[in-house]
Amino acid sequence: MDALEQLGKTFFDWEAMAAVLPDLLTVGLPNTLMLALASGIIGTVVGMLLAIMGISRNRVFRWIARIYTDIFRGLPAVVIILLIGLGLGPILRQITGSTSPYPLGILALSLIASAYIGEIFRSGIQSVEKGQLEASRALGFSYSASMQLVVVPQGVRRVLPALVNQFISLIKESSLVYFIGLVASERELFRVGNDAASNTGNLSPLIAAGLFYLCLTIPLTHLVNFIDNRLRVGKKQKPEPDELAARIGEGAKA
Amino acid sequence: MTTIESGTLTGRNLHLSFGTNHVLRGIDLHVDQGTTASVIGPSGSGKSTLLRVLNRLIEPDQGDILLDGRSVLKDNPDELRRRIGMVFQQFNLFPHKTVLDNVSLALRKLRKMSADEAREKALAQLDLVGLKHKADVRPGNLSGGQQQRVAIARALAMDPEVMFFDEATSALDPELVKGVLALMADLASAGMTMVVVTHEMGFSRNVSDTVTFMDGGVVVETGPPAAIFDDPRTPRLKSFLSDVL
Repeated sequence: MDALEQLGKTFFDWEAMAAVLPDLLTVGLPNTLMLALASGIIGTVVGMLLAIMGISRNRVFRWIARIYTDIFRGLPAVVIILLIGLGLGPILRQITGSTSPYPLGILALSLIASAYIGEIFRSGIQSVEKGQLEASRALGFSYSASMQLVVVPQGVRRVLPALVNQFISLIKESSLVYFIGLVASERELFRVGNDAASNTGNLSPLIAAGLFYLCLTIPLTHLVNFIDNRLRVGKKQKPEPDELAARIGEGAKA
Repeated sequence: MTTIESGTLTGRNLHLSFGTNHVLRGIDLHVDQGTTASVIGPSGSGKSTLLRVLNRLIEPDQGDILLDGRSVLKDNPDELRRRIGMVFQQFNLFPHKTVLDNVSLALRKLRKMSADEAREKALAQLDLVGLKHKADVRPGNLSGGQQQRVAIARALAMDPEVMFFDEATSALDPELVKGVLALMADLASAGMTMVVVTHEMGFSRNVSDTVTFMDGGVVVETGPPAAIFDDPRTPRLKSFLSDVL
């Protein structure tokens, strides 16, 4: 029983959890959300740009998108975060006077996210049947209007599940920003939990932080499944028999 | 139906190659205003490509295209295509938009109509093809025949001078073909200028004013339906007709 008790004390010390709760709620959670949301939004915008460059008829654009994607998707997140955070930190300080690594954390996460999201969008856009572009062009829409109104909206819809998955990754990866050293008020969930764990010599605060992550990611996972299902099955509605086939065209005679 | 005052279409000596594949080898096609020309021929003969060259979805390597006697090769191709409606084998409706939006999109964005105007016009077009009551559903919930009629309404809404049909009934279940062909026949008798690429020999014989038989990227024979179907001159047309009739 001793071992069991030991385990319980290490992971589920309710008092240690309760002690860290205010910090998790008021400091960790807003910062995690801020990091994930900001880099998610920037990553989506830049990702769309990369996707459009990636399918561009201009070879230079295609190459830029390719190289960018290969680099930022191919490196470990922590490497990018450290290089950006530590490398650009002094420059940012010279220009703005700000010592906070927080914006650089968002920048690093955005670079990573945009590389993945760009590929997600590109695959979605390229999965749209050629006939859609052709039909739109045949109506008299330009290439860019056709992409904007017809092709891209369909492509994005198809990859919504993958996009939400990417946001889930971002929420988790935002914990890596702690590597570049955050001041107390900038700590995200992991750092708050980890600090408390170090101070108390007990892992329960980290478990508490983990529970916060799960509260964010599990609903998103289910959202993915819901969207995925809706996209595959659609709102069920049975096509009617072609009862009007017999009498159509009568109007055209008038 | 409004009567269309223009729409004489001429293709002259049209050539097109994809790499070493010479798809069109000097095609001449003339369609008088208010008449229907059908284009028949075996698969791979270049019929569908010809339609796409005539509205410049694909630019010809050589030759000229005239609408109402004036070359349109120097025009903005987007503007040319607003004057020519096109209906596809696979319908190509926009699945993320309702039936109404499919028909009204180009009216709003290209004809710059107000939302109400576009809606009214689109509903009137849908009424003509018997599908006004489906205005608010997505194309995915319609049968193939219904989808094709929406596609026809979408093209007609732009008041085109010419209508192209690219094997418009080939993807339909047999029992749905009749409704779409009837609609096309009505359009023809209402005076629409039409170019119809088709495998429906009955339609070609009964509805069209001229029939053009293509094979291997050239026009082998062209003439009124009676001449083509009852009195074929070339061995290639004879053998094609004996295969399909």
